[in-house]
Amino acid sequence: MTALFVVLGYAAIAIFLVGVLAKVWKYGTTPSPLKIPQTPAPVTATGVPVRMLSEVVLFKSLFKSNRVIWLAGYVFHIGLLLVVIKHYRFLFASVPAGLSYFDTFEMYPGIIMMGGLGLLFLLRLVVDRNMFISVMTDYFLILLFISIALTGTLAKHFYRVDITQVKQFMMGLISFSPMGENSAFPTETIFIIHFSLVLLLLVYFPFSKLMHSAGVFFSPTRNQVDNPREKRLVAPWAADISGNTVVSVKEEAAEAPGQA
Amino acid sequence: MADKEATATEEEPKVLTDLEKVGEPIVPRKKPNEIHPDELTGSIKIPKVQEGTAAGNKPYLCKSENMEKLGFPGDLREDWHDAAIAKMGDLLEKYKSLQVYMDICVKCGSCTDKCHYFIGTEDGKNMPVARAELFRKVYRKYFTTEGKILGKLAGAEKLDLELLGEWYSYFHQCSQCRRCSVFCPYGIDTAEISMAAREIMDHIGVGQKYTNDIIVKVHEVGNNLGMNPKALKATLESTEEDLEEETGKKIRLPLDEVGADVLMVTPSADFFASPHVESLLGYAKVFHQAGISWTFSSAASEAGNFGMFIGNYGQMQKVASRLTDAINEIKPKRLIVGECGHAWRIAYSFWNTLIGPFDSLDPNFKRPQHICEYTLDLVNRGAIKLDKSKNDHIIPTFHDSCNVARGARMGDKPGGQFTIPRDLIKASCNRYVEMDEETIMEKTFCCGGGGGLLTDDLLELRVKGAMPRMQAFSKVQESHGVNFLALICAICKAQFTKILPKYGVGMDVAGGVHQLVASAIDLGAKE
Repeated sequence: MTALFVVLGYAAIAIFLVGVLAKVWKYGTTPSPLKIPQTPAPVTATGVPVRMLSEVVLFKSLFKSNRVIWLAGYVFHIGLLLVVIKHYRFLFASVPAGLSYFDTFEMYPGIIMMGGLGLLFLLRLVVDRNMFISVMTDYFLILLFISIALTGTLAKHFYRVDITQVKQFMMGLISFSPMGENSAFPTETIFIIHFSLVLLLLVYFPFSKLMHSAGVFFSPTRNQVDNPREKRLVAPWAADISGNTVVSVKEEAAEAPGQA
Repeated sequence: MADKEATATEEEPKVLTDLEKVGEPIVPRKKPNEIHPDELTGSIKIPKVQEGTAAGNKPYLCKSENMEKLGFPGDLREDWHDAAIAKMGDLLEKYKSLQVYMDICVKCGSCTDKCHYFIGTEDGKNMPVARAELFRKVYRKYFTTEGKILGKLAGAEKLDLELLGEWYSYFHQCSQCRRCSVFCPYGIDTAEISMAAREIMDHIGVGQKYTNDIIVKVHEVGNNLGMNPKALKATLESTEEDLEEETGKKIRLPLDEVGADVLMVTPSADFFASPHVESLLGYAKVFHQAGISWTFSSAASEAGNFGMFIGNYGQMQKVASRLTDAINEIKPKRLIVGECGHAWRIAYSFWNTLIGPFDSLDPNFKRPQHICEYTLDLVNRGAIKLDKSKNDHIIPTFHDSCNVARGARMGDKPGGQFTIPRDLIKASCNRYVEMDEETIMEKTFCCGGGGGLLTDDLLELRVKGAMPRMQAFSKVQESHGVNFLALICAICKAQFTKILPKYGVGMDVAGGVHQLVASAIDLGAKE
């Protein structure tokens, strides 16, 4: 049992990391041949992170658009963030200062997360426009997240899975010494389901729309500086067809950090 | 019944070619008198989703002669399927926007009620995300692991003639106005996707007549309206005479004057279409009062550039390069662009990339400069005087052009594209009324005719797509007696002139910002 989940665990993490990095590499290296910031846009390079943060932290454009979708999405993401933070105990031998604060939230992060997800699911069912655009994988992802949150909450608060054992297994995994005598895989059914679903999520992640989490930083309409009259942008392939020289590919990289 | 059968047997049963299957509307186009716009109530209602109500909207196919002139196949390529997928792969490697936007849509629904064509036609596939899905389906099928394994469950689909027909229809029901992008949590830009789709279609022999014919006209004659230099010269001369008759002053409309300080590039519609020409008179009066030497150019007698609409970088650059010729010939110090939405986006955002850097121009001025930036600066410095009382019969409102509002800027500060035209209107008129805030500035609705759709074979779409703007306009018309829709775009001007009467509003309501400047400007001797 332990050996099986160790292998599955490493495989899932490897697929996740390689998959995500491959996508990020692709987003980063694909050229932007034209300046297409959504205006009004920042006119300086320092304005871009501010704009990006307002989107990533506050979902500003979504808020502008639709308060119900914003609420559903925001509640889900906040819940998810808290849940992920609360898993620190499985990854650190000793409790890092400050992180134990999150334990005071008890089971609420999981419930907050499920609340947001429930609303997102409901929106797909009751709003005809959302229904029209939804396919199986859209429903599946919400259900997958709900299942993970539900089994996690049940494992922790109702089935009282042996936390110490889970921790030892996880510590074994992350220290690359998974088959130690104390780090056996916990065999409670609810935990097996929870853990398996998380592995499934990790494997599916790089191939799914969940790549929005990394992709948003590469969105040219949001990460470009509005300075086309001052700074010339030419992509290498466009330079080739026009006989123009490449003058500002480096500048593009310099003005939007992370864009590569 | 008997008659119908008789005619049916007399006519040869028409066998559609594959190209016609893609390009012919599935229901016949409506005649102008069969198009009934929504009633103007002043409010914009989000419709219930219908299926296929707009599937019949398809523009005429470009004839093979002009396709070939642009380097595209003259007929649907025999290997069209493989060629389309190959072109898609090529574009995915060339455009970060396309690659990222294919992957990151979560289908949250934020954009679903934002497109004027969806609001007007009620067709679900005109929701931005659904439009993009037509492209994404194919992307998933051929370029993603998810789509290859899960197929339809993941929304992946093979590109067949039927889907290609949907592409031809719905990617020509997007005016590339980018309103959806404003509301997208990731800034997904449907314009980028519709440009890519049109580029792919052109590459397999499925082109749109209106846009492609116009690009051919620019290459062959010099501008979108197909006015040769001789005709242009004659038009400008007769307009000069009219101007002198009206004002009693020798206000010039110079053409090809080598050594002029300012090279003025404007959409060719400004030369004689109505109400465009009223703004042209405005530019001339402003230059006259400013006392600056300026000229139009017959080489660059078109600011518009439909290469953008078809998503073809090479065509866009080729059209833009006419300006390089004009600059080399005239050797101006400054470059100023007239009232045109997509032209300003290209001039402001793309010219430096396409044909820059403009090292020969005076760096003390923006390269290029918008006519509104130029005129307002003169007003603010007191170099020209505007007598607002001359426009007291006018109660204007301002329609932000989509490409200016969301794809460009004026002035030095973000949002200058909103304040500068408004300040110029307010400097020309004593009254000014703003439309509903959900329909202006970055949230502005397209006029319904942008993005290469300003053609009569898409008249029904244009009428329906104008509905949100018409509702917002009718509201201020009702509440504040607004009687002038001020515009800074040749396409907006042509669209509203045609569409306003359909909604029972007089077409003279639409006009340019420099039309207001033209009637307010004080042409007296300068102090």
